[in-house]
Amino acid sequence: MSDNVLSGLAEIVEEVAGVAADDVTAEKSFVDDLDIDSLSMVEIAVQAEDKFGVKIPDDELANLKTVGDAVNYITSNK
Amino acid sequence: MTTFQAPQAAAGSRIIGLGSYQPETVVSNHDLAARMDTSDEWIRERVGIVNRRVAAKDEGVVDMSVLAGTKAIEDAGLTPEDIGGVIVATCTMPSTIPNAAAQVATRLGIKAAAAFDLNAACAGFCYAVATAADIVRAGTVKNILVIGAEKLTDWTHQDDRSTAIIFADGAGAVVVGAGETNEIGPVAWGSDGSMSEVIRIDDRDSFIHQEGQTVFRWATTQIAPVALRAAELAGVELSDVDVFAPHQANLRIIEAIAKRLHKNGAREDLKIARDIVESGNTSSASIPMALDHMRSAGEISSGDVVLMVGFGAGLSYAGQVVRCP
Repeated sequence: MSDNVLSGLAEIVEEVAGVAADDVTAEKSFVDDLDIDSLSMVEIAVQAEDKFGVKIPDDELANLKTVGDAVNYITSNK
Repeated sequence: MTTFQAPQAAAGSRIIGLGSYQPETVVSNHDLAARMDTSDEWIRERVGIVNRRVAAKDEGVVDMSVLAGTKAIEDAGLTPEDIGGVIVATCTMPSTIPNAAAQVATRLGIKAAAAFDLNAACAGFCYAVATAADIVRAGTVKNILVIGAEKLTDWTHQDDRSTAIIFADGAGAVVVGAGETNEIGPVAWGSDGSMSEVIRIDDRDSFIHQEGQTVFRWATTQIAPVALRAAELAGVELSDVDVFAPHQANLRIIEAIAKRLHKNGAREDLKIARDIVESGNTSSASIPMALDHMRSAGEISSGDVVLMVGFGAGLSYAGQVVRCP
């Protein structure tokens, strides 16, 4: 798993949802552990698209349950 | 070859009167939570609404338009005889004909007015102001009453917790008149029919359906550039804008667009319309209603530079810079 992608994603999550970047670790669920709702997920996806040069459509976004899922998706699609 | 006479063009057009009307019945988040699976906290977090107004059963788009229009004409210091045209931006008339505008004109005592409805959904008010501004500048009509009015509760399934918490009823109106100076900037507008499915009223059940995440993504990424373009077309720096009045769709969309404006030079003390908190989403009525409420509360003043932007079903969008009457 890419540490750069993870740390970049953690910064975005901190900015959008106010979750401390250190708490954004691979095994965490966005909804259950980090308390991030569906609209914040869209904001995170939009910023991740800009930052990593990747497309994250809404139907793909629904499959990204954990931080690790998102990191893997970004790593394999950028 | 024969040429035809053209009307005497006006130097400019401006908004000279403003008014609004809201139904009496207030529906709070707690009222909704009592009848469906939702909560005050959930609604505040997702859409930022605390209260919304709902029209009475026998109170329609035309009734609300007449009440808002009367106030706008009075505010302009005019009488109905001075008004030559009526445009009602609406997407919630009970049937497609007759339109609202002709009935509104007659009820207001405006005789033989040019009158038509305009459907650009939540972008309707800004589309109608742009249309009226050009008609007035061309010299075709001197004063036009522009109304945004909606009875969205007629088209909202009251058990659908994704839409019933958002949509509400009301009307807002302005008078667009000819002026020595131009105080309605050129419109930045457009549409994207490839996304027509994401906000729609289905023939099958006649209720509004909305793909929330897709609309949210579109609004939070595509609308700030429209607002920036509107300022550019008017020749106004963002730092000169006093008031930002976007369509009151969702407080989180409003905050996201405002954030982009701040990153592009908008002032820290930019006044941002957040009328959605107490009024809900009233589609084409939301912008004039927000401005009227803010002006009545003394938050904004006559002469302020206002950046408006509407966006919604179609998808369609429009924005322009105007001076607050």
